[in-house]
Amino acid sequence: MDQTRAPIFEALQQTKSNRVVPFDVPGHKRGKGNKELTNFLGEQCMSVDVNSMKPLDNLCHPVSVIKEAEELAAEAFGAKQVFFMVNGTTSAVQSMILSVCKQGDKIIMPRNVHRSVINALILCGAIPVYVNPEVNHELGISLGMSMAKVEKAILDNKDAKAIFVNNPTYYGICSNLKAITELAHQYGMVVLADEAHGTHFYFGDDMPISAMAAGADMSSVSMHKSGGSLTQSSFLLVGERMNPGHIRQVINLMQTTSASYLLLSSLDISRKNLALYGKEIFARVVQMANYARAEINKIGDYYAYSRELLNGDSIYDFDMTKLSVHTLNVGLAGIEVYDILRDEYDIQIELGDIGNILAYLSVGDRPRDLERLVSALSEIRRRYKRARTGMLSQEYITPLLVLPPEEAFYAPKVSLLIEDTLGCICTEYVMCYPPGIPILAPGERITSEILEYIQYAKSKGCFLTGTEDLQVARLNVTKGV
Amino acid sequence: MDLWFTEWHTPNVRFSIRVDKQLFSGQSEFQRIDVFESREFGRILILDGYLMLTEKDEFIYHEMMVHVPMAVHPTAKKVLIIGAGDGGVVRELTRYDTVEWIDLVEIDELVTKVCKEFLPQTSCALDDERVHAHYEDGLKFIRHCEEEYDLILVDSTDPFGPGEGLFTREFYGNCYKALKEDGIMVNQNESPFYNNDAVAMQNAHKRIKESFPISRVYQAHIPTYPSGHWLFGFASKKYHPIRDFKAEEWKQRKIQTRYYNTQLHIGAFALPNYVEARLKNVE
Repeated sequence: MDQTRAPIFEALQQTKSNRVVPFDVPGHKRGKGNKELTNFLGEQCMSVDVNSMKPLDNLCHPVSVIKEAEELAAEAFGAKQVFFMVNGTTSAVQSMILSVCKQGDKIIMPRNVHRSVINALILCGAIPVYVNPEVNHELGISLGMSMAKVEKAILDNKDAKAIFVNNPTYYGICSNLKAITELAHQYGMVVLADEAHGTHFYFGDDMPISAMAAGADMSSVSMHKSGGSLTQSSFLLVGERMNPGHIRQVINLMQTTSASYLLLSSLDISRKNLALYGKEIFARVVQMANYARAEINKIGDYYAYSRELLNGDSIYDFDMTKLSVHTLNVGLAGIEVYDILRDEYDIQIELGDIGNILAYLSVGDRPRDLERLVSALSEIRRRYKRARTGMLSQEYITPLLVLPPEEAFYAPKVSLLIEDTLGCICTEYVMCYPPGIPILAPGERITSEILEYIQYAKSKGCFLTGTEDLQVARLNVTKGV
Repeated sequence: MDLWFTEWHTPNVRFSIRVDKQLFSGQSEFQRIDVFESREFGRILILDGYLMLTEKDEFIYHEMMVHVPMAVHPTAKKVLIIGAGDGGVVRELTRYDTVEWIDLVEIDELVTKVCKEFLPQTSCALDDERVHAHYEDGLKFIRHCEEEYDLILVDSTDPFGPGEGLFTREFYGNCYKALKEDGIMVNQNESPFYNNDAVAMQNAHKRIKESFPISRVYQAHIPTYPSGHWLFGFASKKYHPIRDFKAEEWKQRKIQTRYYNTQLHIGAFALPNYVEARLKNVE
């Protein structure tokens, strides 16, 4: 196929040049009805914010330009079928799970998943079988799943419908996806991958293996992260063994019927860009990340890690575009460095957690901006360095799952002050955002370790989310337990 | 012939110089570089469409950047200059025989090459044996220096484009670290007059104030810069620009200057009320 084509983009241009008089939605009528918004976003942008119509196809039932665009994307990603998603990668993750699991089905997954994964379990009533990820105690980050634990989980739960794998984690760490896939397939399980942070695996050289290349059955890919499309746009990739028709039906259960053509065309154009130039783009990103790592490691105390961590199992591979830096030896929590960078140096990074920061690098970065980041880190160390005493290093807390997430979420509940919830079963989430990986998820027992962690994260300035109480002072727990 | 160079000082104010002929135009990795010959101002250097210097008034800027700190810290021996690939600051500095070592860090080697060829008036001292040129990002260069310099002169372009890293807190903090315990930093501090420039001036002052115990601002009038009213920052770990001013010592050196003198040194730190107010606002 001709990857220089972008059918949705081309159809939009054609439609625009036809100067059709709009007596349909959206009511802003190419921006004329909302001057302030048009001044802000630009006429060009408003003029292509249009509704589904014959020449532009329909996302819920594509037969022309969207179908062609999906076929081009499928070829570019080596998938049997690609679905364009406009409700975020969250909707892709949920569609994957809802298309293979129903009430009571088991799904094997690591616990360090994004909240959207557990949300899907609340929606469909599937039961998680958690594989505890390995933990690097020095860095305080959760890693991938070890093969031995995956194998045990599969053998202990041969009736499980699917296995879910992060490829990679937020920090860039990959499990042995190919081996996991082969084993899961032997036992008739479907393999689902969360590649929210892995778009570039499909295009760059010397990258960790992609889900489709590893033979996985479905993958959710955040094109809007390393792929360059607009926020909220995403791809759901489908492998050879699946029935795309059924998956489309599941997607249509929850997807908008007014899909934004701004998002769709951004996916189309970004796919074209990646197919044509992805290799060079990501070579440049890796080169910048490697440079920044070397410079940061020269400062002292900071540790910007990379492939030297590989251990053939729970760190089977590492995504070199990720600039993750361990900060505890400077005497600062990652979230503290994150805050100082923004408040005092006007530098916004992707996340800071208890022990690490993550700077997200992309094709849009310039070497001189990296110099600012490195210099600011050097200055922060000079000004703030202190002993590491009393610093919690973020260790993975093994969850005690008492009830399936769906049952807990809908159970009769009471709201208690967090400090009074020891031993209760939580019915909602508590997480730091980012990364959005739950500390507590519905159905889990609240332990003193978890309460201590929440207290510490709060004191360091982490942005806690997930609870009904926006102050995160109270927690919903099941009644009478 | 009616050929004009125009710079937009604000979206509503334009400043134009009649150009006699274009001497050079080229694009480096970082910016577009142009040199024009003009009747009124002599040769002029333009970077990315912004006027950097003219032969007629560059002496004001360069004298004020160098002689003010040198009259406060006459024993300065080791000096770091950031930016200034045109050589004007180097020219003034090499007039002090007590200065032993000058590191010149310019991100864009082509600027220096072009100035050596077309602007000999400013670039004349670039080949002085005390000058050691480094073509790299100033922010990167200074990261590795600790208590090395007596004087740091920041001759930056504007806070956008290749010079933007030189208006950041991380840069000023690194300058502090690179100076000896009695070191001084002088920087080009933008203009207080037009709003956008004034915001840049306030940001720079705020960031310097956060990094240095002593931080004062002084002024000069430079006809070809927006509004003609231009500011410099004087930041130091120990010396006050007026209390530690060694006027007699400086006079004995008998350095001939066209703008700077020892009375003007003191006067330059007396700022108009609206400028003081804008600076106070961010302190």
